[in-house]
Amino acid sequence: MCGIAGLIHRDGSADIGGEMTSMLQALKHRGPDSSGFALYGEPQNDDYMLRFKVAEQEEMSHGFDIHAEVKKRKAIVDERIQGSGASIVEEQGATEYAFRYRVRFSNGGADQDKLKRFADYIEDIEGAEILSMGRALELVKDLGDASRVSDQYHLGSFKGTHAIGHTRMATESDVDIRSAHPYWAYPFSDIAVVHNGQLTNYWGFRRDLEHRGHRFMSNCDSELIAVYLADQMSEGMNLKDAMTLSVSELDGVFTYLVATADSLGMAKDTMAAKPLVLYESENFIGVASEEVAIRSIFREEIDTWDPYEGEVMVWQK
Amino acid sequence: MAEVDGQHKSHDMGLHSEKLTGRTQQVFFSSEESDNFLYPESFKVDIDNKAEFDAGEMEINAINLKIRELMQAGNGHIVVKNPLAKHSLGVGILNRLKLEFEGSLGYFGCGLIDGPNVRVHGRVGWSFAENMMAGVAVVEKNAGSTFGAAIRGGDLVCKGDVGSRTGIDQKGGTIIVGGRSGAFSGFMMQRGRMIILGDAGINLGDSMYDGTIYVGGKIESLGVDAVPGDMSDLEADWIERKLSAHGLTAPNGVRALQKIVAGKKLWNYDNLEPTEKKIIL
Repeated sequence: MCGIAGLIHRDGSADIGGEMTSMLQALKHRGPDSSGFALYGEPQNDDYMLRFKVAEQEEMSHGFDIHAEVKKRKAIVDERIQGSGASIVEEQGATEYAFRYRVRFSNGGADQDKLKRFADYIEDIEGAEILSMGRALELVKDLGDASRVSDQYHLGSFKGTHAIGHTRMATESDVDIRSAHPYWAYPFSDIAVVHNGQLTNYWGFRRDLEHRGHRFMSNCDSELIAVYLADQMSEGMNLKDAMTLSVSELDGVFTYLVATADSLGMAKDTMAAKPLVLYESENFIGVASEEVAIRSIFREEIDTWDPYEGEVMVWQK
Repeated sequence: MAEVDGQHKSHDMGLHSEKLTGRTQQVFFSSEESDNFLYPESFKVDIDNKAEFDAGEMEINAINLKIRELMQAGNGHIVVKNPLAKHSLGVGILNRLKLEFEGSLGYFGCGLIDGPNVRVHGRVGWSFAENMMAGVAVVEKNAGSTFGAAIRGGDLVCKGDVGSRTGIDQKGGTIIVGGRSGAFSGFMMQRGRMIILGDAGINLGDSMYDGTIYVGGKIESLGVDAVPGDMSDLEADWIERKLSAHGLTAPNGVRALQKIVAGKKLWNYDNLEPTEKKIIL
């Protein structure tokens, strides 16, 4: 079933970590398997926030060597970051297997090709997966409900302008972090997607996109949307046009949310088979699979409505 | 069981065309048997006896039990404050009752009701009043998809916009939408009436067996086997009265409503058992 939620503040930074935790926790009944957050903070200099893991949560309880193995993998990641001409400015380890780095590239930054090579180099390490890499985006996902993941990764105090999140009921793929949402639109630095639904032309599109050099880390159809949008945008299409095209090209029943460095968007399939409720005020937009999620941060009565079939909307912060 | 004859006023109004024959389990109103309309375990309530409570910090089960307790105590008018879009509130009420929600409801609100007069002073989520049998339910703001799915009777009104598949599998009663209704409204409708004062989305009345849909705005597209029909004077009068009762008006007048009915080209019904069909085929 899955639950999705998104919010954007148009009047500056707010407590988006706490707000998204409340929204997702209110949707827990739609999917208790995993929870994920894509949070957009204020960029610092030209640094990139790197969220990555070097093992799945369930691996940590199997085998005697995994703890040493995880340390070894992390050490290789550190080596490769430095070998790529970047430095680790700040490091935080939320769990034994997942990390948050602030990375600074030499010569003031990195273009798209450089970021792709960097990501491929890191992910070449066994067990390593970059969850996100962006100036504003920080993507966190793990097994369990939203409160658990939020506590585990200390997201309650995260300040930023917008966010999307997901509670997952695993149907088409495994219960693990790589199949959890949101998905980062590799290799585009600040794009993330959450999705509720099922794509029926997944494999055909995946083959096409893989032939064009895009990588997939899971067998989850939702990842396709992120990669699809990244592919369209790499051809020069803007976010809204790419989303509008997706409504006609992607087959199945779906409602998805996408976030970029400065925008939040929603798209709904032409059958309107998956729910979404929308609240919009002058300074705040909230969307969720159910109104109860939005009401978890607004106790007072608000006016909400359902976007219609085939509808695509994008809001700027 | 009561006898039914073949011709009713509803035929004259063009609301359906098949002739009813034989016997029915439907209980027709009679003043001598009016008590039969009460369910055996329904509560004796006084409509003038009003109670209210704050549902803000209560769980769903507790809210529904509280409504039941208040009815049991003879309250015929119950006001629920701060429902906070919680799901499945006010369900399964088989009683005379004036029930008000001061706020919005989540999914499956007021499903399986038979008799109460409900007013929601907010919005409702998906599947409001699903399988409603009788009574009146009015939503002051917007509603989600599958509004009034499979209702069999009563008046169900949303004064704002409604999502997709409004009145899917509707088997009776009247659904009124003050604004727009989304895709596949009236999908597989079997009986009853739907009045949409605004626009209707794609595939309106798709695969409808019977029943009637009236639309005041633009119809994006008609579904399979949904066709335009002609409105009679009886229908126009009835619509005028029905809208008036709920404080609504058709934007360009009742006569400007487009009437949609089943083309009945998809009907494949007969009285043959599957085994008999095999013999014929």
